[in-house]
Amino acid sequence: MSAVMKPERTAVWTRVCRLEEIPQLGARVVKSAHGNIAVFRNAADEVFALLDKCPHKGGPLSQGIVFGRKVACPLHNWNIGLDDGNAVAPDHGCARTFASKLEDGSVFIDFE
Amino acid sequence: MEKTKLVMVGNGMAGVRALEELLKLAPDLYDITVFGAEPHANYNRILLSPVLAGEMTLQDIMLNDVDWYAANNITLHLNKKITKIDRVARKVVAADGMEVPYDRLLLATGSNPFMLPVPGVKLDGVITYRDIQDTNAMIAAATQYKNAVVIGGGLLGLEAANGLKLRGMNVTVVHLMEWLMERQLDRTAAGMLQKTLEAKGLEFKLKTQTSEIVGSAEGGKAGRVTALRFKDGSEIPADLVVMAVGIRPNTDLAEAAGLYCNRGIVVSDTMQTYDPRIYAVGECVAHRGTAYGLVAPLFDMAKVCANHLANFGIGRYQGSTLSTKLKVTGVDLFSAGDFSGGGDTEEILFNDAIGGVYKKLVLRDDKLVGCVLYGDTVDGSWYFQMLRDKQNLHELRDHLMFGQSHLGNAGHQGQNKAASMADSAEVCGCNGVCKGTIVKAIKEQGLFTLDDVRKHTKASSSCGSCTGLVEQILSSTVGGAYQPAEAKNKPMCACTDHTHEETRKVLVEQKLKTIPAVMAFMEWKTPNGCASCRPALNYYLLCAWPREYKDDGQSRFINERAHANIQKDGTYSVIPRLWGGSTSSAELRRIADVVDKYKIPTVKVTGGQRIDLLGVKKEDLPGVWRDLDMPSGHAYAKALRTVKTCVGSEWCRFGVQDSTQMGIDLEKDLWRMYAPHKVKLAVSGCPRNCAESGIKDVGVIGVESGWEIYIAGNGGIKTEVAQFLCKVKTREEVLEYAGAFLQLYREEARYLDRTVHYVARVGLDYVKSNIVDDAGKRKELYARLRFSLQGEPDPWRERAAGVEAREFEMLEA
Repeated sequence: MSAVMKPERTAVWTRVCRLEEIPQLGARVVKSAHGNIAVFRNAADEVFALLDKCPHKGGPLSQGIVFGRKVACPLHNWNIGLDDGNAVAPDHGCARTFASKLEDGSVFIDFE
Repeated sequence: MEKTKLVMVGNGMAGVRALEELLKLAPDLYDITVFGAEPHANYNRILLSPVLAGEMTLQDIMLNDVDWYAANNITLHLNKKITKIDRVARKVVAADGMEVPYDRLLLATGSNPFMLPVPGVKLDGVITYRDIQDTNAMIAAATQYKNAVVIGGGLLGLEAANGLKLRGMNVTVVHLMEWLMERQLDRTAAGMLQKTLEAKGLEFKLKTQTSEIVGSAEGGKAGRVTALRFKDGSEIPADLVVMAVGIRPNTDLAEAAGLYCNRGIVVSDTMQTYDPRIYAVGECVAHRGTAYGLVAPLFDMAKVCANHLANFGIGRYQGSTLSTKLKVTGVDLFSAGDFSGGGDTEEILFNDAIGGVYKKLVLRDDKLVGCVLYGDTVDGSWYFQMLRDKQNLHELRDHLMFGQSHLGNAGHQGQNKAASMADSAEVCGCNGVCKGTIVKAIKEQGLFTLDDVRKHTKASSSCGSCTGLVEQILSSTVGGAYQPAEAKNKPMCACTDHTHEETRKVLVEQKLKTIPAVMAFMEWKTPNGCASCRPALNYYLLCAWPREYKDDGQSRFINERAHANIQKDGTYSVIPRLWGGSTSSAELRRIADVVDKYKIPTVKVTGGQRIDLLGVKKEDLPGVWRDLDMPSGHAYAKALRTVKTCVGSEWCRFGVQDSTQMGIDLEKDLWRMYAPHKVKLAVSGCPRNCAESGIKDVGVIGVESGWEIYIAGNGGIKTEVAQFLCKVKTREEVLEYAGAFLQLYREEARYLDRTVHYVARVGLDYVKSNIVDDAGKRKELYARLRFSLQGEPDPWRERAAGVEAREFEMLEA
C-alpha cells in the first residue's frame, strides 16, 4: 500500500482584525472551533497564529512576552517559536500552528 | 560565496570548547577543519583519574564524539599530526604530507609532560600521565606488576598514585619538596592529606631527589625498569615509574613557524599570537607571562577566542584566579588564591586534627585573598566567589569561617553536602529535580556551567535557593572544570554582554529614553531582547526618567500588563488595596456583591492582610475593578505590595504606638511605587512585633520613645532577618527614612533583586552612610521618590474607565 496522501485543500481565509488592532510585540485572542487561537504581531509586523496553549502546561501563550520570532509562556517561561510552534531546546513540545497572512493591512487566519 | 576557513590544530578540551562557543555565536561563519594527534575525539582529560581509579570508563568521559563533529559540519582528522605551518602560503602540513589552507588558524596544541633529566627515562615501564594511552598503560601494568613509584607529589601525581593503589599495586610517592602539593596546600593541610593517603596504603618519600632509574639491560637494548635510585644512594624496587613532575607548553609547531614563544605561545588578551591570523588557546599558551594547567582558565580563554573569531571583538581575557580540587574519593580538599599568608595578610584558622577538618582563610584589607579547606569543602565555591568578586567581608567576618549554611543558605531541607546525597534525593524543590537527574544531565550533555544545568534540568532555575547545592554537584561531577560564575561581571542576559550596572549607568548618561534606543546604543545582540532583559530595561527607564518615560506594556510580564495575577488555568486574581489591612462594612459589601455578580469561585484572606478574589476571567477584570471601586493592591507587580500592621495602641493593651495609622500613612506614601522586585512593609505597635516586622523589606517597630526601622528582611524562600537601620522619633521621619532607603534600592538594585540581595551586595554600612549619616542625601533620595510617585495613576481606575481596553477584549472572527 502506498502512503495515504493528505487530500489537497485550498486555504479558507477568515479575516480576524486589522494589523493595528494587535499591539506590536503582542497578541490578541480569537475564538475558534479548535479553542482559543493567539494571533501574534512581532516587531517586523509579521503575524503568526498558534493555538493559545503552551505544550508544557497549557499556559495562554497570547499573554507572553514576544521577542524576535518567539514568545515566552507566562506560566513557566518556556520559549515557543512563533513560526513553527516548537519549544526552544532543551524543552520539547509543539504548539499547534495555523496559517495566517497579512493582506491590505488586514490579518487573515485559516482555521483549517 | 566560499566560507572563511578555520583550521584547528589540537583536539583537546580548550580548543573544542572554543569551537563550541564559536558555533553558538556564529554557526555558519566558518568552514572548520580539526586535526587531532590522538586517535580519540574530544574527551574530558580531567576525568582520567576516575578512569584510572576504576570509577568511570572511557565512554563516561567522552565530551564530543565523532558524530558531534559531523553534525556541526566540522572536518575531523584524527591520528594526524601537523608538522608545519606555512604562514606565507597560509596552510598547515601534516606528517603524511596532507596540506590544508586556512584563513584563521587556532593552535590548541596543549602541553607535554616534563621528563626528569635522569638516566633510565627511556626504560620500559617509565611513563608520564597525560592521556588515555598513559592511563591504559598504567591499568595494564597493574595487572602484571607489583611495585609502582610516582615521582611528583602534586595534584596529578597523587591522583595517579591513588588510582594505582586502587588497582592493587604497592605505591610510593617520591616528592622533592618538604610537603605534598606545595603549590596548593600549606604544611598543615598537606600533613593531614598525607595521613589520609597513608591510611589508604600509600607510602611517601618527601625531600627526596631521584638520581637514576635502574633497569635490566638485555643485549644492549633498554629493558624494563627494576628500581629507583636516590641522591643519597638508597634504592627502592619499581616495576612502573610514573613521572608527574609538571607540564611544558607544547610550542614546537608555533616556534618552528616563527611565532613568538616564551614559556608558551605568547598571546594577547584576545588570544591572538604575534600573527593576528593565528589564535592560540589552552595549555600551550603564555598569557601575560602565565601558562595555565587547570581547565577553568582554558575555558575562559576559549570563550574570548570564540568571541573574537565570531567578529564580536568584545571579549578580553584578563587572566584567571585559580582554584583546585583533588579528585581522590574520600579526600575533600579545596584551595584557591594566595593561601600561604604572611606579610600584610590576616588568617582565620579552624583546625580539628582528630576530626580531620582544617580550614584556613587568608584576608587582606577585609577581602578574602586565599583559602585552603581540608575535610570539609562544602563552602569552597562560596569562598571562591567572594575571592573573585573581591567582596568586602567586614560585616561577614565573624561568621565567615562557619560557612554559607550558617548564614541561612542551606536550601530547603538544610541539605548542604552534595557528595553524600543519594541520587534519589531531591535537590530542587520547585521543579522536583533529584541529584541523579542532575548528575546524569551533566555527564550525558557535557554541561559545565550553572546556566547549562539550569537550562537542561531546570534545577535551581526558579527560586534559586538550591543554587549552592547544584554548584556543589557540578563541581563534584566535573571536578576542577567547574568554576562559579563571577557575579560581578555577569551580563544581563544572553542578549548583551553588558551588566545590569553598566546598562543603568549608560542609559542615564546617554539620556536614552526608550527600550529600542538602549538596545541600539548598547549594541544588543538580538533585535528586541528577550523576556528577561525587556522587563528589566523597562523598569530601569521608568526609574531613570520618572513622569517622562512612556511605560512599554509589551515589555512587562502579563501580570503587570493586565494588572492582575495570572493563575495556572489562565484566569486572574484580584486583590484590592486595604490600607494598612483596614477595611469597612461598605467595602466588604462591595466585595461580596462583586463576587456574586461575576461568579468568582474563590475568596481568600492573604498573608498580607488583604482579600484575594481568585478565578476572575480576563474579560471581566475592568468590570470587577469598576464595581469594586477600590485602589489597586498591586499584588501582581514588582511594586509596593502590602503594609502589614498590628492593631497598635488604639486598642491593644500592650501597644505603645499607633501602628495601624503608621502603616496606613506609609502605604499611602509609597503606593504605586514600582521597584526592582516586590516590596513589603510591616509596622508593629510594640516590641512583641505581631506584624512580623523582622522579615520585611522595611519593618517598623514602635517603642516608647519612637520607632525602630529595620531593613532588608525576607520571609520567602530563605528567611532573612531584617537588619537594624536606625531609631527615629516622629512619623515624618519614618516616612522619610523608609522612602529614602527604598529609593536607593530602586536606583541601584538589579532588576529582580529583593532588598535583601541588594543590601547583601552593597553592605549595611553603605546604606547607613546614605540614609542615616547623610541627611542631605536622604532628603534628596526621598524627594526623588516623591517626584516619581506624583501623579502616578491608579491603574485599575484607568482601566475601569476604558484605558487599554483591547488588552481585555477578545477578537471576533
